[in-house]
Amino acid sequence: MSQTSRPLVIAGREMRSRLLLGTGGFPSLELLAEAIAASGCELVTVALRRVDPSARGSLMDVVADAGVELLPNTAGCMTARDAVITAGLAREAFATDWIKLEVIGDEDTLLPDAPELLRAAEELVDDGFVVLPYTTDDPVLARRLADIGCAAVMPLGSPIGSGMGIRNPYNIALIREAVDVPVVLDAGIGTASDAALAMELGCDAVMAASAIARAQDPVAMAKAMRAAVEAGLLARGAGRIPRRTYATPSTPEVGLPDFGESAARVS
Amino acid sequence: MILVNGAGSDVQAGETVLAALTRLGLDAQARGVAVAVDGEVVPRAAWETFSLEGDARVEVLSAMQGG
Repeated sequence: MSQTSRPLVIAGREMRSRLLLGTGGFPSLELLAEAIAASGCELVTVALRRVDPSARGSLMDVVADAGVELLPNTAGCMTARDAVITAGLAREAFATDWIKLEVIGDEDTLLPDAPELLRAAEELVDDGFVVLPYTTDDPVLARRLADIGCAAVMPLGSPIGSGMGIRNPYNIALIREAVDVPVVLDAGIGTASDAALAMELGCDAVMAASAIARAQDPVAMAKAMRAAVEAGLLARGAGRIPRRTYATPSTPEVGLPDFGESAARVS
Repeated sequence: MILVNGAGSDVQAGETVLAALTRLGLDAQARGVAVAVDGEVVPRAAWETFSLEGDARVEVLSAMQGG
């Protein structure tokens, strides 16, 4: 089977799309619905917050109408305890064992808190959750998360919502080598080329949220991300040429004609 | 006083989780809703029977757009 027709498999669930979409930041539910369709994604993240009785429209309806699966997250949690409770609530609310585990250690950078993340992941795996942890681009931490039974790892390219792309591509490639579970590049994607690079580095999928939701035209950006993820996967499978300092001619030198001594320039 | 989503409420000790939900305009069938009381998840099946202490802290959560 060719590289691109091979489905993404996480915890036994097959998905044709290798793009995951965050639902946060869209100006309206209508735009979110259009972006979901344009992205071709099959899995979207949602958060849990206090019920707002005045909220207009239903995110649940949008997701149900789009025919995509929910991946609840623990966004905003800063301790393992809060994340574990939130995961339990998400299981109740959405009838899914899947959880995108976020345990944040710093409010300015929203970088993961590694010890709390590991603790929460271990507890949730033991409790039967399918855990997809948002992690730093540290190959050792990624391996530890995979070793304790996480279904995938989701390393950041750069801080959430920063649009800074993949700041340490070498680490992302090392993470791909370090774990046997799917690697989903999460956070930092700014535009389509970042998503393509993630796939070229060996990631199995890309998660995009702000890059699509906050683009001037979210639906067009959703299409671009879809194409970029497919292009990156194809390029990865095709095998890129090595980088060289000097030129390598693409036209053979054999058969070059000899025009004799150089003639005076025509003025 | 019983706090529901951080605010004081007229829910009385001995009333159930479901009673707190109805104050928010929700019912037992509400989709995408989950409840915690004092940091513990209350499964949907227990909403009608779980009775609240006088100082209970009830969190009623639902889906919101998020990363």
